This record gives sequence, structure tokens and C-alpha cells, in this order.
Amino acid sequence: MTEPLLETRALTKHFKVGGTFSGKMLHAVDGADLVLGRREIVALVGESGSGKSTIARLLAGVYRPTSGEIRYQGRPVTAMRSRRERLAYRGEVPMVFQDPFSSLNPAYRVSHGILRGLKLHRRDLDATSRRAETERVVEAVGLTPAGEILDRYPHELSGGQRQRIGFAQALAYRPTLILADEPVSMLDVSIRIGLLNMMAALRTDEGVSFLYITHDIASARYVSDRLLVMYAGHIVESGRTEDVLARPKHPYTQLLLSAVPDPRAPLVVDADSDRGEPPRVINPTPGCRFRWRCPVAVDECATITPLLRPLGPEHAAACHVAAADVPTTAREDAT
Amino acid sequence: MSTVDSNAPLLRVEDLSVEYLTGRSVPADGAGSAPVRAVDEVSLSVAPGEFVGVVGESGCGKSTLLFAIARLLSPPAAIAGGAVHFHGQNLVTMTEKQLNVLRWRDYSVVMQSAMNALNPVTTIGAQFADAIAAHARYSAAQTRARGVEVLELVGIDPIHLHSYPHQLSGGMRQRAMIAMALLFTPDLVIMDEPTSALDVVAQRSLMVQIKELQRRLGFAVIFVTHDMSLVSHFSDQLLVMYAGRVVEAGPTRAVFDTPAHPYSRGLLDAFPSIRGPRVPLTGIPGAPPDLRRPLAGCRFSPRCPQVKGRCHDHEPELYPVGPAQARCLMHAPAHADAWATPEPAGTVAP
Repeated sequence: MTEPLLETRALTKHFKVGGTFSGKMLHAVDGADLVLGRREIVALVGESGSGKSTIARLLAGVYRPTSGEIRYQGRPVTAMRSRRERLAYRGEVPMVFQDPFSSLNPAYRVSHGILRGLKLHRRDLDATSRRAETERVVEAVGLTPAGEILDRYPHELSGGQRQRIGFAQALAYRPTLILADEPVSMLDVSIRIGLLNMMAALRTDEGVSFLYITHDIASARYVSDRLLVMYAGHIVESGRTEDVLARPKHPYTQLLLSAVPDPRAPLVVDADSDRGEPPRVINPTPGCRFRWRCPVAVDECATITPLLRPLGPEHAAACHVAAADVPTTAREDAT
Repeated sequence: MSTVDSNAPLLRVEDLSVEYLTGRSVPADGAGSAPVRAVDEVSLSVAPGEFVGVVGESGCGKSTLLFAIARLLSPPAAIAGGAVHFHGQNLVTMTEKQLNVLRWRDYSVVMQSAMNALNPVTTIGAQFADAIAAHARYSAAQTRARGVEVLELVGIDPIHLHSYPHQLSGGMRQRAMIAMALLFTPDLVIMDEPTSALDVVAQRSLMVQIKELQRRLGFAVIFVTHDMSLVSHFSDQLLVMYAGRVVEAGPTRAVFDTPAHPYSRGLLDAFPSIRGPRVPLTGIPGAPPDLRRPLAGCRFSPRCPQVKGRCHDHEPELYPVGPAQARCLMHAPAHADAWATPEPAGTVAP
């Protein structure tokens, strides 16, 4: 395998919560190891508060990690000391935000944001080629006629169009990896697929990788090559999307899959004892953070934090029970 | 409570229309300052204990419809016509004073965002007490006892009567809202996307719980959502709305198994599945129409994959299709032959 585009080693982010002397630390991300390849779409799924947006912000350089390392093209991001290097990194790894209604400045035409980015990140372009490049990226995200769209104000565009402008801004920097934080969750169901298809097309046509952050596992399946499942700051399962969905190893992944509404399948009426107890991530003690909700927890889970262990080709899970190769539910294949 | 006979619908909405009065901020291209019709002659009926789902995209008028039924609209929105019969009385013509007798006791509303609907600076118990004091005369002890009861109903530890909204998780806040709506065990609970702020696991456990409470207490539910798959296993009747009108209505299973309107079919095909083969999906091209510029003919025609020339100048009505009804010329006896030829459905212009 060639060198990964971006990888993290034991990436950790803790936030101080409460008063100055409370001593409470919120463990948003703990020891996350992830690898993103070139031209790859990796989905990061998890419930709200699981730390998935924190990972995106760490990668984008919005937050500084508490500990751990981010390596971009083999180089630690922390070693990028000059402004020029950091600017280049931010241009190559831009972020697209969740809310297309508040992430564009309502006072300027939509061309403004793209042109500004170009001025900052691509100094070599003159005014004419900046305009041409702006039109190119707007067309690349499926908005035509580009010239007319660019002269509009954000309020004159629909939610889907605005979100495409968000992608066009990111694309203008000639990115290698776009961090897309819930890019479709604010959009109407009928136009979400259009945006996911656009992401897949940008990967093919522009060679961009995506970290697609979502809580919607069905859309993750639709667009991604690999899947990372997060729970309470830990990556609890990773693998090729189809493998993870066909043979989920971690009980949380299994719970997540069983909760997805699917009109094509009959309703699985189970005991549904799950009360959605929020995980404890403030000053957590060792042990599995899912154990309070876990149907198969054993004594070990309360004392030893499970690590992500390979359980199959390119498939890993952080679960003592799955690692002991005990079938965790009836859903599990006999193999 | 005045139940006449068990077969009569609990709620009957007839040709209800809602208009928003637009002021000066109108588009320059001559759309004028005519009122915008957000809900256009919607009829529906809810039997006692029934679960009715209303689905549609943002701007289709689904929330406006709920607010109109509950008589909660505030200017510039106003009911422009139609009737809402509830327990044999027409809510549309009632005064605020008359409505106050029914509100909360006979019907209640669960708002979309519990974060904004609960008062952040008072405890859950104090908010329950407020609601009770506004609609009944309970002693302090009775108020407390009822608060404990409803919290237990939705599976929240009664200790949380003393909690503030920020001390509860999103799912618990949403359940507290439902507990509040059940203070007087009403006959009808109107829910406006109560699960949209929750993740799938919490969403599902809330749905199961609503359904179980309904079975136990026998209230009817009108449930508005943009996520069609969410109600697929929970609702008895389903209404699909588009651009202010009902485009399809019928038993939930029938709408899912054999969607009669191209829009309902498009919505269903817009959900990737987590099972079965991975198939490329297209969603529905285009965007919902601007209601300030009403379209002639079918309002879905610009986005419809099965559009024919006649769709642009014939306004479809609701035609019966099996056990359901659909607002599409395809099902109109006078026009159906145009779709009968096995010509492949043309792709749509953007």
C-alpha cells in the first residue's frame, strides 16, 4: 500500500468543562487512529456527541490536539511551522459545514467567498483566471449557468444550491481531502442524494478524498468505501463499508444498524430496552464506554478499555466480547 | 368529553386553507403582493386512537397545517377557508376563550425542538405546574402527583421534576415534552417533527414509546415529519404533501408498497437502503416551487419524471387509486390513456 494521504496516531482531544477549578475534563476524542487514502471516501458515523465533529475540527486545524499526532502526506502537521506551510495544508484539507444557511455570508454575492479563498490560497492567479476558476468549480459542483449563479446572493439560492456553493469553495483550493461535516443533514430528503452523487463525482473527476461525517448510516453506505463508527470519543469499529454492515462486530454498530428505519423491511420488534443513556465522557474511568447499554457486556468491560483489534481483513473492532469470538447476537453469521 | 359514536372521526379537517399575507418584500419580477397560499384545501380525518403521518419537504405546508388545526397560527398567517371539526365543534370559528377550554385537555401539541420549547430557567416540574394551572384547578399535591405520573409514563425518573432542561439529554427533553402534552390525557396529540433533533437510536426508541403510550392511553396522533421512512412502521394513514396540497393519501402500507404519485415514489427512492444491493439513486431533480408564483397545472410537473404535456395546463384532483388517493392526472379516468402506452419515462428538464 502506498503512503496514506492523512493518518492520525492516538489523536486525543479533551475539553475543560465546568468552572476553572472543577477539574472536569470532557474526553471528546480519545486515542483515535485513522487512515485516509487517496481518492477514498471514508464515512465517520456516530451519534451526536460522539466526537465525530471534533475529529474533523482537529484535522482542519481548528482545534489543537491534547495529544497524539496528525500526519499529512507523511509529515506531522505540528511540524508545519511557517505560515505558508500551514496555509497550504488548510487549502488542501478544507472543511464543508453542516448548515448552508449560516455558513455563507448573506451580505455578499456567492462569488465573494470563492474569490477570497482563491486570493488567499492560490496567489499565482490573476483576476481573470480567478474568475474563470470560480466558474469552473461552480460548474464542477453541478450549478449552471455558473456566471449567473455566482452573481446571486445566498438568500436567492435553495438549501441544496447553497451547500453546493460550500463544496465549490472547498474545491477552489485544489484540495486533496475535503472534510464534510454532516453536509446533507440540513437538506431535504429529495435533494440529499444529489449531493452524495456529487461527492462521488468529485472523487472521480477531481481526485479528491472525503471524510464524510454523518449520523445517517444508510447514506454512509451509499457513498463510502470505508466506514468508521465512533462512540463516546472512541473509534469502535472500522472496515470496508460492506463488511461492517454485513457483519457488524461491535454491539454499538449492531444497535445503530437495527435502529435505522427501513420501509422496505418489516419492523424488527425487539425488547428495545435501550433508553439511549448518554455515554459518560467527563473524567471517564477505564473500561468500555458502551458497557452501560451493552447487551453482552462481561466483567472485563468495566475495568479494561478495549482497543481496536483486527478481527478480519481490514476489519477491526474495539470490543472484548467480539475479540473473544463469541457471537454477539443472533444476527451474526455462523462463520 | 362528548363521544358521540365510536365510528365518527375524532377530527375532520375540510378544505382547510392557510394564507400568509406578504408585505413589501416581494420579488421584483412582478409576483405581486398577493397572499401566499401555504396550505391549499387540505382535507383529512383522524379516527379515535389513530396514528396519521404527514410527510413532505420543508416548505410544503406540513407544519403550517398543524398550526392551523391547533389554531396556533399567528400573523401574517391566517386561515383563509375551510373547517376543523373536533368533537363536533368547528375550531376555526371558535374564540380564544372557547379554545382554552379544549387546549391541553382535549388536544395538545408537541413542538419540534424541545431545546427551544422548554423554558431554560425553570424546572420541568414548574413548567408542568404552569400548564396545569392554566387549564385546571389542582392542589399543589395533585399537581406534583400528576407530574410524577406523566414522567413515569414516558420513562423518566420523577426526580427530574426538579431538573432544568439543560440537565436532560436530548431524548429525555423530547420525552419530557411528550409527558407535558399528556398531562390531561388528551384525545389528540399533534406532533411536529418531535424526533428530528435526535440520533437514530434515540429516535427509534422514542417512536416505539409513542406507539406504546398510544396503545395504552388511546389518544390519536397527527405526526408531521420530513422523513418518510420514520413513520413507515408506525402510522395507520399517511398524507404526502407537496407545495401546500395533499398529493397522496391512504393507508401507510399501501403508500409504501405501491406509491401512486410520482412524488411519493421519488421520495421513497431518495432513501438509500442499508440492506440489499447498492443501487445508484437519483433523488428528485430540481427544487420545490416558489409558492409566491403559483404554477398552472400540476405543481410537481417541473420535477416529475413522468410528466406529459397536459400536466402543464390541467390541475389534477385527488383521484382514487386502490385504497389510496393521488393527485396525478395519470390516475384521472379522462387522462390515464396518455400514460397507458409503454413509452419509457422521459428524463426531466432541470
